[in-house]
Amino acid sequence: MTATTLSGRAQTVFLDPALVRRNRIIGIVLLVLAAVIASGFGIGVEGNAAFNLTPPRALIPIGSLIVPVAPYVLVIAAIIAFMGVRLLMKSGSRYANLLLGIALALAITAFLTWATAGKSLSLIGLLQATVVRAVPIAFAGLAGVLCERVGVVNIGIEGMMMAGAFTGAVAGSLIGGVGGLVAATVVGGGIGLLLALLTVTYRLDHIIAGVVINMLVLGITSYATSQVLVSNRALNQAPVFRPIEIPYLSDVPILGPMFFSHNIFVYAALIMLLSATYYLFHTRLGLRARAVGEYPRAADTLGIDVFRTRYINVMLGGMVAGFGGAWFTLGSVGQFDENMTAGRGFIGLAAMIFGRWHPLGVLAAALVFGFADTLQQKLVILRTPVPAEFLAMAPYILTIIVVAGLVGRARAPAADGHNYEKS
Amino acid sequence: MTTDIAVRPAGFWRSELAGSVMLVLAALVTALVVAALIMVFSGVSMPQIGLALTSLATGSFGSPQAISETLVAATPLIIAGLGFVIGAKAGLFNVGVEGQILIGGMFGLVAGFSFPDLPMIVHLPLALGCAFVGGALLAGIAGWLKVASGAHEVITTIMLNFIALRFVDFLLRNPPVQNPERSDPISRFVADTATLPKLFAWFDPSMRVNLGILLAVLVAVFVAWLLWRTTLGFEIRVMGANQQAGRFAGMNTARTVIVAMMLSGGIAGLAGATLTQGVLGRASPDFAAGLGFEAIAVALLARSHPVGVVFSGILFGALTAGGRRMQVAAGVSLDLITIVQAIVLLCIAAPMLIRTIYPFLFRPARES
Repeated sequence: MTATTLSGRAQTVFLDPALVRRNRIIGIVLLVLAAVIASGFGIGVEGNAAFNLTPPRALIPIGSLIVPVAPYVLVIAAIIAFMGVRLLMKSGSRYANLLLGIALALAITAFLTWATAGKSLSLIGLLQATVVRAVPIAFAGLAGVLCERVGVVNIGIEGMMMAGAFTGAVAGSLIGGVGGLVAATVVGGGIGLLLALLTVTYRLDHIIAGVVINMLVLGITSYATSQVLVSNRALNQAPVFRPIEIPYLSDVPILGPMFFSHNIFVYAALIMLLSATYYLFHTRLGLRARAVGEYPRAADTLGIDVFRTRYINVMLGGMVAGFGGAWFTLGSVGQFDENMTAGRGFIGLAAMIFGRWHPLGVLAAALVFGFADTLQQKLVILRTPVPAEFLAMAPYILTIIVVAGLVGRARAPAADGHNYEKS
Repeated sequence: MTTDIAVRPAGFWRSELAGSVMLVLAALVTALVVAALIMVFSGVSMPQIGLALTSLATGSFGSPQAISETLVAATPLIIAGLGFVIGAKAGLFNVGVEGQILIGGMFGLVAGFSFPDLPMIVHLPLALGCAFVGGALLAGIAGWLKVASGAHEVITTIMLNFIALRFVDFLLRNPPVQNPERSDPISRFVADTATLPKLFAWFDPSMRVNLGILLAVLVAVFVAWLLWRTTLGFEIRVMGANQQAGRFAGMNTARTVIVAMMLSGGIAGLAGATLTQGVLGRASPDFAAGLGFEAIAVALLARSHPVGVVFSGILFGALTAGGRRMQVAAGVSLDLITIVQAIVLLCIAAPMLIRTIYPFLFRPARES
């Protein structure tokens, strides 16, 4: 695949033609990107962009980062062009994906300075909102990881989250926020049990099972909202979890407000992602779970109960999705609206694949989606000449670019989506 | 999958077809019982529940008018479901039906108001063709991305759904698509020459069923012909069954993926045209309103068989049409129908469930 460098100089150079072709394409893409940035955002733009570093509710202002737009954008364009030329010249490079990622990130900063030219943007607010918006996607992605690592495809995450959001709102109104959160988790786990029952025991096609779950939950929650909740307002007024400032850590500049002054959902997401990583890759149970997802027959032969492992992990995934679903109501507005998850469960599935079925990968992917989602909202406020509808497409276009350009052929667990029959 | 359907009714009527009909009826009864229970729990009074169930029946098949409404609701479901079937046969899970309906519908709409002077015989097929192209282009992006970079089509099509939704919003708020007499996001009207003509306007002008339902049947025949009588169809089915076998047999799998995806999206685009060039006559934001996802359920219900899609589409259309009557007559929310549809799909996809609930209907098939 790449140059052999055993003794000093490269001996025989084996280059994968597909890799070379891909690198050339990426190189050209980078050059085009550089040209677009330089001509579109750099040349002829005057003024400075001010990025405010002070947290929204802080007493002491930290000050602003003042960036002169045109020079900054031109420097960025030059860097990207340099990377492109380098890729074209050394087309056997293994770092093409990394370079593409860096180039995209730089391009986004260039775009952001151009959009902020002559105005001021709260950088801290942007980063803080990014983390908040990453939360539901991270939960959804983690739920997907837990299910797919044992070989059960979970298209029903959207439904599980919606059920969590609904339960969180209703139970939260009746017995308070913590009770609502517990109820949402239990209901999510219950739907996970249903998915496991349908796929593991009844050997239903996983995608059909997921579609059924989504339809069922959408139907039940929408019906209950229009038939019951509209006339009983008291059932749909849940308390919202307030942000908790973590002592000392929340005072760290930039990182403090970004990660350590949120409500419990953000901390829960971080804890769950870390403990899921530990569980899947550093415990005996996790190893068994992954074995079931890769090669259930072998796992069965070694005495692992395939059915029980799948049941437990799918239910865990459901509980995570239900907990994450409660974020929509208990973590943000306190009120359930029909179809309020608006496809976040599906974006979570995208985050799972982008994160290569790894909880920490999911975290990174969720932050990228959260950033794109936040960015489009801030840009609407900045009144750029780009129509709002096109800005609203940004997170989705970014997802496509990321999945197509950076991830490529990610490998799913081998037994993903396959039912297991004991022989 | 297909062998799963070996549930045979006891008694003299033992054919597989009879078993399938029995299965559908049992699924429907189960779903309606669950719906009735849900109504009981949500505090709907008994007479209202009775009214709801009877209006469900009369609103779907109770009168020529009702049948017309059933077919109107079924038309886009059948066509979009057929689009999904083509992808499914090639092993592609095209979740982008919703977005392809939107874009196809918009393409048909733009072609439908842009050439007001064309005769209908030219204009209508032209506009429908544009709708096909629109849907095919959107789905083609996902197909091309899959071939070029291995990006999973489920993700790209879901993202393209959102992009299509925003794009339609943009079109509806700006000239030339926005109706110049309106300030809200509503499009111009499609010219009469590009509108699917009503079939029974001579009988009763209020019957909305139009040429679209015949188009749906035609597309079903086309899809069946394509899949089982052409080389492309064979390649598509090989792709779905075993991609590696196809590659070793010398098939151009990359081309087949793109073509299958484009056909899938193009047909879904036609479904959009039956909305904008049919019952709606114009476009409003999110005019697909979840039809794409319902169409996927329709296709799954038919086990991805083109002829089956026609019947499952009519079943879901009947539930929608009946549900609208139910909402008006009994004041029960239309959302109940989504639950009914989900349970019908569940019961038919997992016949073991039905066998567990009604052991007396189905005896195990006799070993022969």
